[in-house]
Amino acid sequence: MIRTPLRPLARVLEARDNGDDPALIEAENKRLRHEAMRDKARLRAEGRLLVLGAMFFCAFMTIGIRMGALASSEPEEPRAAVAGNPIIGQRSDIVDRNGRILATNLETHSLYAHPQDMVDPEYAAAELAHIFPDLDEEKLLANFTGDRKFLWIRKQISPEQLQAVHDIGSPGLLFGPREMRLYPNGPIAAHILGGASYGREGVASAEVIGVAGVERFFDAYLRDPANEGAPLELSIDLTVQAASEQVLAGGMSIMNAKGATSVLMNIDTGEIISMVSLPDFDPNNRPPVLTTGDQSDSPLFNRAVQGVYELGSVFKIFTIAQAMDLNLVNPETMIDTTGPLTWGRFKIRDFRNYGPELTTTEIIVKSSNVGTARIANMIGAERQREFLDSLGFLEPTTVEMVEAPTGKPLLPRNWSEISTMTISYGHGLSSSPLHLAAGYASLLNGGTRVQPTLLRQETAQTGDRVVREAVSTRSRDMLRQVVERGTASFGEVAGYDIGGKTGTADKPRERGGGYYDDKVIATFASVFPADDPQYVLIVTLDEPVESSGDEPRRTAGWTAVPVAAEMIRRVAPLLGMRPEVETLEPIGVTLTSN
Amino acid sequence: MRGVLYVFAALAVIGLGFWAYQENYKTQQAIKDTRLLHAKIGAAHERINVLQAEWAYLNRPDRLRDLAELNFDRLGLLPLMPDAFGDVKDIIEPLPEILPITNPIDVNSIGPSTEEDPL
Repeated sequence: MIRTPLRPLARVLEARDNGDDPALIEAENKRLRHEAMRDKARLRAEGRLLVLGAMFFCAFMTIGIRMGALASSEPEEPRAAVAGNPIIGQRSDIVDRNGRILATNLETHSLYAHPQDMVDPEYAAAELAHIFPDLDEEKLLANFTGDRKFLWIRKQISPEQLQAVHDIGSPGLLFGPREMRLYPNGPIAAHILGGASYGREGVASAEVIGVAGVERFFDAYLRDPANEGAPLELSIDLTVQAASEQVLAGGMSIMNAKGATSVLMNIDTGEIISMVSLPDFDPNNRPPVLTTGDQSDSPLFNRAVQGVYELGSVFKIFTIAQAMDLNLVNPETMIDTTGPLTWGRFKIRDFRNYGPELTTTEIIVKSSNVGTARIANMIGAERQREFLDSLGFLEPTTVEMVEAPTGKPLLPRNWSEISTMTISYGHGLSSSPLHLAAGYASLLNGGTRVQPTLLRQETAQTGDRVVREAVSTRSRDMLRQVVERGTASFGEVAGYDIGGKTGTADKPRERGGGYYDDKVIATFASVFPADDPQYVLIVTLDEPVESSGDEPRRTAGWTAVPVAAEMIRRVAPLLGMRPEVETLEPIGVTLTSN
Repeated sequence: MRGVLYVFAALAVIGLGFWAYQENYKTQQAIKDTRLLHAKIGAAHERINVLQAEWAYLNRPDRLRDLAELNFDRLGLLPLMPDAFGDVKDIIEPLPEILPITNPIDVNSIGPSTEEDPL
């Protein structure tokens, strides 16, 4: 660059000649130079501002576009971070104690329509009505040609139906993936499992939610991805459950009962091995809830857990056991049994007159109401209430089913002396068969409290002590004698020592005002083997009549006991229990004489 | 000296850029492979699930009971009853002698020798 001198010689000389001030020339030139410098600096600063502005613009645009993209696009998991089991999105299976599947999932499809995409709605409607006979062709066509942009046709279709619909070839008929809950065993263990249905549903997927039973109770667990698809292990044994249901269904029809229930429970762990309530239903196709009438008539009603009944004489053993625990009586104590026992305006009678007095054991064996009521009087209301509370009869069971809280026992409003006496033989207090099973298990396992559970357990429960061990053993012996020579003589099963107590309770009228004469609840509460108890079995029949004799028989000894005996005959071998057959001669020793 | 440093720095930038580019594509490939594998595992799980469901369905107690009844004359299957348990003394003793082996087969850890057909 050629620098312009501040005092150019030519102009200075010229100025001197003219008599001008040469300093003005310098000042002029300095001004020009400064102006040029200023212009250059401004240009540079403007350029920098422009670049900076452009950068800020780009940065904000980038952030804005990214935000817009995130807001408008479908959310997606970053794949690189996914390092788990790809099936964890599914609902976990439910299996029995041996790992056999009780509930699992199956991939099916849902069918929906976009009527605006249809080419030939008449043909599509006709074909759909042909594939699904319950669909109305007219209605479909009206929907297809109307204003609707979307409609569900089927929530769940089989692969064959999928192919058939696919073959219609209409672009407006679309399929969405759908997970379906499948109960491969049909109605077996229906009440325990409950059932499932769809929660929130979309085209791409639907949420499967439990509606009853363990499906509902463990809904959060079954859906928890942290379990990585680990199945829920129940305490149920599928084979035993199936055999129990078969035997109970047979017994129910022979005894002309309108309902039946059975509970088989491990005496130490409290595991429910089988729990049947008849009539039952298919959880794959759950019937609708009754909108009128008595809910207990619905097949959905779980008699074992929800049904609270006055269970009758099966309660006597609790009274006797408590009296023995309090050292009020021993098995040989003589008790006055002269009847009827009058208390105020109430009279307590026995089924037949058993004479002036009986031993405590005989009271259980012969099932004397009068004798039991007298013993209950010795105990008193307060102690009886505490004892029944310690056995769990005052609260709903804690079994892992959503229905459990509805099985709340019905207690007398005022636990008076007459209530004490009637409760001692099982009237005036209603409880579920599951309560009874837990009560018998607690009493007979050595005397520690057992809570019923539907989850597989490894170890025995260590509950609070209910009665002394000796009392537990004596109660067991008494129950064994009931079967050997008492009211439950039909309960003998060759090879298995069964102990138990029958209970026949008149059904209370629904509208109040006493009891029916010809409707009973017959219960047999049993324990086997009696010498080393392992299982408790409760069989309850609702309104049974055994009509092989001259007059109809309704007592539990004729109805519930044979059914329970048959059930034990079927189930005990399945539980791996070997019958104890009496050998006629000692093995291995042969006496010979010469 | 400074010029050399600049050259090296420029070369390093180019080299690192090339490396980062390659790593990026390798990562994307790995993610793609993982996605494919996950899809395959998912499909396999689904198949297993369907098979297990079918197995459970075919082995449902009702069906087995019906099959046992249908094929009773061939199989003679009965429900397990208490009399199905045997006793130690029912086992025949002494055990009948095993017949002499006429065509022995050499067996080593790999399996039976294939020189001779055992049948």
